[in-house]
This record gives sequence, C-alpha cells and structure tokens, in this order.
Amino acid sequence: MSVAFPFSAIVGQDEMKLAILMAAVDPSIGGVLVFGDRGTGKSTAVRALAALLPKMHAVVGCRYGCDPASKTTSCEDCAVLKSKAKPKSHLVPVPVVDLPLGATEDRVVGALDLERALAQGVKAFEPGLLARANRGFLYIDEVNLLEDHLVDLLIDVAASGENVVEREGLSVRHPARFVLVGSGNPEEGELRPQLLDRFGLSVEVKTPTDLQGRVEVVRRRDAFERDSAAFTEKWSQEDARIRASIVAGRLLLPKVSVPDAALERAAQLCMSLGTDGLRGELTLIRAARALAALEGDEAVADVHLKRVAPPALRHRLRRNPLDDSGSTVRVDRAVAELFGA
Amino acid sequence: MASAASSPASRTAQAAETAAEQAWSDAIQAALLHAIDPVGTGGVSLRGLAGPTRDFWLGFLRDALPANAPLRRVPLHIQDARLLGGLDLAATLQMGRPVAQKGVLAEADRGIVLLAMAERLPSGTAARMNAVIDTREVVMERDGLAMRQAARLGVVALDEGMTDDEQVPSSLKERLAFWVNLTPQRGVALAPMTESPRRAVAAARALLPSVTVPDAVFEGVCGAALALGIASVRAPILALRVARAAAALDGRREVNEIDAALAARLVLGPRATQVPAPPAQEEPDTDDDSPADPENNNEPEDPPQEPTPEPPEEPPENSDEEDDEGKDDDHDDGEEEEEEPPPIDPATLNELILEAARAAIPAGLLAAMKLGQSGMRQNSAGGRAGQIQKNTMRGRPSGVRRGEPRAGARLNVIETLRAAAPWQAVRRREMAVKVAARLALDPALPALPSALIQVRREDFHVTRYQQNTETTTVFVVDASGSAALARLAEAKGAVELLLADCYVRRDSVAVLAFRAKVAEVLLPPTRSLVRAKRSLAGLPGGGGTPLATGIDAALALAQTIQRRGETPIVVFLTDGRGNIARDGSPGRPQAMADALLAARQLRLAGVTALLLDTAAKPQAAAKELADAMGAGYVPLPYAGATELSQVVRAATALAARSAAD
Repeated sequence: MSVAFPFSAIVGQDEMKLAILMAAVDPSIGGVLVFGDRGTGKSTAVRALAALLPKMHAVVGCRYGCDPASKTTSCEDCAVLKSKAKPKSHLVPVPVVDLPLGATEDRVVGALDLERALAQGVKAFEPGLLARANRGFLYIDEVNLLEDHLVDLLIDVAASGENVVEREGLSVRHPARFVLVGSGNPEEGELRPQLLDRFGLSVEVKTPTDLQGRVEVVRRRDAFERDSAAFTEKWSQEDARIRASIVAGRLLLPKVSVPDAALERAAQLCMSLGTDGLRGELTLIRAARALAALEGDEAVADVHLKRVAPPALRHRLRRNPLDDSGSTVRVDRAVAELFGA
Repeated sequence: MASAASSPASRTAQAAETAAEQAWSDAIQAALLHAIDPVGTGGVSLRGLAGPTRDFWLGFLRDALPANAPLRRVPLHIQDARLLGGLDLAATLQMGRPVAQKGVLAEADRGIVLLAMAERLPSGTAARMNAVIDTREVVMERDGLAMRQAARLGVVALDEGMTDDEQVPSSLKERLAFWVNLTPQRGVALAPMTESPRRAVAAARALLPSVTVPDAVFEGVCGAALALGIASVRAPILALRVARAAAALDGRREVNEIDAALAARLVLGPRATQVPAPPAQEEPDTDDDSPADPENNNEPEDPPQEPTPEPPEEPPENSDEEDDEGKDDDHDDGEEEEEEPPPIDPATLNELILEAARAAIPAGLLAAMKLGQSGMRQNSAGGRAGQIQKNTMRGRPSGVRRGEPRAGARLNVIETLRAAAPWQAVRRREMAVKVAARLALDPALPALPSALIQVRREDFHVTRYQQNTETTTVFVVDASGSAALARLAEAKGAVELLLADCYVRRDSVAVLAFRAKVAEVLLPPTRSLVRAKRSLAGLPGGGGTPLATGIDAALALAQTIQRRGETPIVVFLTDGRGNIARDGSPGRPQAMADALLAARQLRLAGVTALLLDTAAKPQAAAKELADAMGAGYVPLPYAGATELSQVVRAATALAARSAAD
C-alpha cells in the first residue's frame, strides 16, 4: 500500500485546499467539485485527506461506521447491536473512498452477498462503496466520465443521505452521508446540471505559472518519491496543525453566529447574480460559517462571505448552458460591487 | 520533405538524414530509459504504423527489460472484466462461491502493457489506465468483488494515427514521458544488436534509487518547460525521472547537464506548444520548408535550424565512454563540447536544457507559428480529449436487465448467479425429488447431471450496451461576404440556439467555417459547448464563397466521425451562392457546378444533412443545393427558434435510424 502525499506539502491551490477543509468542518455544505487543468494535484489533494483528517468514533461491529453518539440512526446494524447491549465504540480513520471508473452498480450500492447465498442459502446484504463512504468522503476522479446510471444513483443518494437497495429480493436501507468530491477536466465534457447542483462548492484549479512555484512542486514530488517516509515525517507537523484547526473548527462551528447583516448580504449577492433557488444562499452561508469556524472567528462577516462566494456560487450561474464564459469573473464582479473592492 | 529554397539541396538532404538518424537513436534511447524506470517514466507513446521498425523497437524494449517481466498486449475494446479483473466464471461455478480473476493490468505488474491502436482508445479505458499509472495499483469494485492489486507497470501506447485528428487520448498521453515518432528504418539500423542491453539496464535499475538531482537542474528543467509553453507540471516531473534514469544508465549517482539536456529533448521538446525566444547568438532561420508538410510524420527537427549543439549520447549498451554501436557513430559530427562535466553553472545549464528541447520541437509547430495560427492549433490540440472521448459511448454498459443473451446484450454472470442464489435450496430439493422419481421408475437410467449451482433460464440477466447513440452535429458556417455580416450574426444566433439543444441531448458539436478560399475546422468535435460558442464568437466574415470546398471539408469531417462509430449530422448555414470553384478560381458557374457535385458526394456518403438558408429571401440556389445533398431545407428568415430545433431534432432521429440499420 503506497503512502499518500502529505496534504500540507501541496504547493499553492489554496482555494481547493480551503474548500476541502471547509467540507471537512461542515459536511452539510455538500460536496466539492474540482475542475481544472491536468497535472495540478487534484487527486493528490483528495488522496491525502485520509491521513489528514482526525479519526472518528464509530460503533464496533457496525458495517456503516455509525456514530455512537447519534440517537437518530436508521441503521439496521446498530439497531441489532443496541438491542443486545450497549455497543462499544472505537476510533477509526475517516473513510475516503475512491469510486473507480468501471465500478459496477452492485459494488456501489451493495448487493446480495453471493458467497453466503450460494454456500449457505442465506439472504444477506453485502454493503457497497456507499456504505463504506458513510460519514466520510466519496471521491470520483474524472467525474464527467462516470456512467450515466451511476450518476443517477449518486444524485439520489447524495440528496437523501440514505441508500435504499431494492434488488434480488433484498430490501435494505442504510445511512450513506458522505461528502462527494469530484474532479475532472472540463474539456472532456460537461457535467449534468443535476449532478453539478449536488456539489456545494466548486473550485477551479490552474497550473502554477510562476517558475518558483513550479520548481517547488517538482522538487517536493521528487523528494517524496525518493523517500516517502522521511518526506511524510517532515510534513507531519504541518499536517497536525491543519488537523488541529479542523478539530477546533468543528467545535466552534455550532457557536458561530450569522448576523442578519450577513444574511442580507448573501441574499443580495445571490439576487444580483440571479442564482437559481435558495441552494446558493444556503451554501454560501454554510460555507462562510465553516470558514469562520476554521479561522477561529465567532461571527460570520463580510471577509468570510467574500472569500467563499466564488466557490459557492460559480457553478450555479449557468442558467443557459452557453452562458458560462467567465462565471468566476461574474462572481468576482458582483462581490466587488456589493462589498466595494 | 520539401527541399528548402535557399540552401543547396545536398546540404538539406544531409541535414534531413541526420535528423532522421537522430530521431531513431532517440527512439532507441527512449526504450532504454523506459526499461530502466517503467513506472516512473509512465510509458511511451509510439506513433508509427505496424512494421519491421516498430517490431524491432518493441523487440529491443523486450530485450532491455528483465527476462521475467511480463509484457501484455491490451486489445482496443477490452472489457472491464478483463482489464481490471472480475469474476472467474468457471471457478465460480465449480467452487460454488465467487472466485475472482485478475485483470490484464494486474497481471502486467512489474512489466509493460502494450495498448493496441491507442489512437482509437476509448477515453473511459484511458481514464482507467490513468488511475493505474497514478496509483500504481488496480482498484476493482466489480461483480460483487473488491480487489486492490499492485500494478507497477509501464505503458506503451501503439499509436497508428495517420492524421492530426487521430491521437492517443491526451489525458493518457500526458502521463507518458516519451513521445516517439517512428519513421520506417532501413536495413542497417534494424540489424540485430551484438549484445543484449539487459545487463546495462539491470545495472542502471540497481543504481537508480540512489541518483540525486542537483538544485540547478530542477530550475533548468522547470524553466525550460515554462519557456516552451508546457502548462502541465507533469512534464518536468517526468523529465527529471528520465534524467535520473539517464544518469543511472551512465553509472553516475548524480544527474548532470547532459542527462538534463537529453531529458529535455526527449520529454519536453515534443510537448512544446510555443517556440521559446532563441538565444542571442542564433537567429532563427526563416527559409525552412513549406508549411504544407503536415505534422504527422514530422521529424523532430527542421533541417535548416541545424546548429544544434548536440548533447552527447549516452552509449546505450555499456557505460564505457566511447560509443561502440554502429548506429551511434554517425551523429558525432557536430560535437564540439567535451564530456567531462564542468561544475554546473545555472545560466549555461538552463540554456543547454532549453536548446536541447528546442531541437525536438515538432516541425509542424514551427510552421504553424509562422502562419500565426498557434493559438488555434493549441485549441484544437486541447479539443482532442473531448473528441476522442466520444468513443466511450460506444458499447458503454447502460445497466443490467433480466433477459436472455442476444445480440447487443451480454450475459451478466454475477447478476445471473445472484438471481439464482435464493432458489438453490428449493431447486436442490426439486432435483432430489426428480432423481428419486427417476430411480423409482427405472434404476438403470443414467444419473442426471448434477451441478453445484443450478441456474435456469429465468435467472438470466444481461448487460445492455448503448451503441450508436452518440451524435455529433457539425455546423458548417458560410462566413463569406455574400452571407453578409448581419446575416452572419443571425446564423451565429441560430447555431447558439441549436447548441443549447445539443446540450440537452448531450451531443457533441463541431464547427467548420469557410470563406475566401479555404474551409477550416474551428472546433473539432467536442461536448464542451463553451468552447463551441467561443469559436463562433471569434469568427471573422468576408471574402468569397468556396462552397464546394466547404462541403468537401464537411464530408471529410463527417466521415471521420462515422469511422469513430458515431453519427454525424451536418448543418449548413449558407445562402448557397458559391463563387469560388474547387480549384480556388473565382467564377459563379464553375463554383456552383462544383458545389452541386460536392453536394451529391455528400448524399452518396449517406450523411444526414440540413441546410439553413441564411439569405434575406429564400434562394433557389440554396434549395437546389439542399436537394442535391438530400438535405432538409429551412429558409432561416421564417424559422423561429422552436421550428429550428424541431427540424434538427427530426434530422437527428432520421440519422439515428439510418445508422441503426
């Protein structure tokens, strides 16, 4: 098993890193979509997450990794466990699950456990990737190449937070709350609007164009390849610092207040940009709150709104599919108008 | 190659020959370096037709690799079950429990995979390859099985593309360090090697982990990449790995400037998208060959730009100082530098690296630069991803249904077994009863065949594949003066309307424009509508109407699309008043005759077409043209938005139907 490149050692790409951290602080923001040039460390950042995130408590023996503190769970495993005795809990790493291209539907949603069915004649459910990703991250590289029937499935589950399996005589439902992280290259095709909408934040990544930045990328990559253990060790302190800020942010999050002025600003911004529905505003506020929490501020202010506006809104502008040229520019302009420079 | 105008023919011929030899020795060098570090260097994009040269190259690579390294060939339309792994049917039925089978990629661990006809590789397959190259393992989540297997491999993409349109999917190509153009070699070059390169490669492999890269080289390689307009950071990363392999091959523990220059030539040069400002002492020659020479069989060098300080080659065989290979002797000619490495001076190093890369910039790029089309070329290069990606749709699984295997549907074993599983106990009992009854009837009857798993017809599940659902709409826009600028704006509006429609249907679009004397593809087929819109916005108008040329170009593009297994629809936006004949000469009668001829060819090719008459009043000429190409005819002034999209939709349905049979 290969070691992942440390998150903190990724050069630049601040918007992408920030978006991922905000989603880690507040998963209800929705997923993160990373679109951009090739070779910009999109996948590297996501694959680094597993090592970065603080571990979580999970019920021992629950296949869906439920939170022992949670009272309202629809999980069958936990129901069985709780009926017997007080379930034990243990610390597990936050799941960061890769949805590989070529995955079949049965492995994504889960299916009849064939081995037990054939050998023992037992009708048992074998959980799939959605179950494994519960309470964690589900990563789809090249999301625009994903097969349509899988996209349909994901859209539904991502919205409801629950995976309902009705196949082969099985009728199973289990919690499947995850942060959807997709990455891709816009030149390989558009994303369906419904799927686009599931992503709370969308970031655009570009290759660094300055020589020093590029030299640093290449140098770190080389150092990592030569001795990944030492390299990871070198950056572990920085990773730990980020981890601590996530933990602190999560603690602070419920306490962060959103003053009416900020709500109004958000509404104004969305109105001036003509975003569809209320999702834009909601995401904008949530993201601003997560950012405030991440930075240790107790109230959402203009600074936060300004910074999260582009990732929260840029993919919601396209009413007309052709209208997309420079959506980042449009958001920036609206922000500048509203907040003054 | 056309001979240059100014220099003596003999010199040109000699230069071309040297360039060809250089290209071949680079190809061999690439094989060696790839064999040293297959995983790190990603692979080789090997462009050239099948033949003795390619076989020789592959044989050489085989010889350079460790004797036990697997070399697996991957056919073009490989199924996921074989590529990534899946259920082993025979074993599963025999054992009565799911048994996994390795895929080709996992089997090729520590070896090489050869991708046959990589220029037609579906982008879905390319994306799977990319994931394996990046993570060095195969992650499989299929058929109720989850496996993670090491797949540390190198990829050789056998690219048999003949034209610019046919390219290895760019996302994959980007991950392969070496882009080699093979030109057929004659006898001497293909003589069998006196000594196998295996020993030298093995020694280099052992040395590789301890090879270090000095700071100056990092900067030099990154700087060169930037100066050559290479956006991706992968390129310098790959170049450095190649430089390290080169140092290891030479038996050194530190990369020196010669390694860096070699890496720049092999990795950065072919990727260049712009020609860097030349160093002061050299003025760029302007008298090189005609730009008509298309880029596909380019030598990596423009003959007259020869004063390349050739970076001395590493001897590919053993690490002695002298070249001992017959084929290596001949490019020592221009050498004035000495081998012994002076302390690295960053400035000279940067120049050296850049210069080496310059030498390998594709000739076509230089030609394009001179025409001032660099921006457009760039654009079309980027579009290839989208264009090739369309292949994916062919034979994409679109879900599993109950049903019997028939044409267009393939038995899905795992789902079939799942359907059968719940009934096993019942069926075994039934079977037992049957057997008992049979025995009671006549004990002498032969026993019934018994199976661990009893599968019946009603259990059958099939995977459906979508085929031919992909449509590419080609817009052919008449941008001539007769179409008048105001009408042109209206035509653009109509196209945008139709583009929105295409978006809904998830079609691809391509845009072709003709004016003055030429027709050009503004946008190769892509699903990125943003780019389609942009390409239209910048469309200039004016000039004559080379109608026949426009139709010819549309036909060529439509046929390319057909070859890819997709359905083209050609939408012409013109007033049908051609005034430039096929040969470029002005004159309406000849132009119209040519246009009608071209139109009939389009019809013969069975391409579905639609003609939107953009003239202020409907034109008889346009109607006639539409009839000749068997196209639907819509006079634009009367066509509203809804009517327009209805017409196109009807044409789409028609095209889909004709493609189905």
